[in-house]
Amino acid sequence: MEALAFFVGAIGALGGAIAVIALRNPFYSVLALVVHLVSLAALFLLLNAEFLAAAQIVVYAGAVMVLYVFVSAYVGGSEEPIWEPIPGQRFLAPLLAGALFVEISIAVLGTALTTLEGDGPDVRLGFGSPASIGELLLERYLIAFEAASLLLLVAAVGAVVLAARKRREAPHGA
Amino acid sequence: MALEWYLVLSGLLFAVGAAGLLIRRNPLVILLCLELMLNAGNLALLAFARSHGNEEGHVFALIVMVVAACEVVVGLGLIVAMYRRRLPLNVDEMRGLKG
Repeated sequence: MEALAFFVGAIGALGGAIAVIALRNPFYSVLALVVHLVSLAALFLLLNAEFLAAAQIVVYAGAVMVLYVFVSAYVGGSEEPIWEPIPGQRFLAPLLAGALFVEISIAVLGTALTTLEGDGPDVRLGFGSPASIGELLLERYLIAFEAASLLLLVAAVGAVVLAARKRREAPHGA
Repeated sequence: MALEWYLVLSGLLFAVGAAGLLIRRNPLVILLCLELMLNAGNLALLAFARSHGNEEGHVFALIVMVVAACEVVVGLGLIVAMYRRRLPLNVDEMRGLKG
């Protein structure tokens, strides 16, 4: 049953990822990424990461993807030209990506980490629940947590500065 | 399910994201490919956290999600600024800094 759930999630995640890079219209790519993220959240649940799965759905598939949809609707779906700046790029790039995958697989499967072979150790009840993650975040990783909130603030201000209309350029702007 | 399967899947997703980064030229799709790669990294972090039976990997994955959200916000701000200045939305035509 668990293997079936894993393969359904894996096929969804992989199919979504391939659709993101294969579809020519950016708007459809964004929608394919939503499929990918939801499948990935299912895999997170299989790994006992309940809080992360919920955060993935709420933060990513909810908030970030809405931002993507708005921007891709704003700039319009422009089809990419077939023109290639580097000859053979369309054939060379998948080849390089395949080489990268082989390399990562060798690195992962060639390690002598015996814990990776089984299902992993039995975990206590409440592993990955919001309560235990929150305890870790507010006790052991408090500085990282505060730094993350500062980073989000800086990014929000930066986005407003970048996207805002200059007054001299467009005096009638909002 | 052996945890190796999760790591191989994560490697595969990372390679797909890298291929997209090399093939596509629309900056919006390039940001989506970055998301793919960051999420592949998150999957590997969670698989390792499960294999060690402790939750610190979950905290790392959460911070990765925060950084990804910041990257998206700044990147989309740049794309909107490019669109407002009527610059082409094609990373190969934005070569002003090329020596």
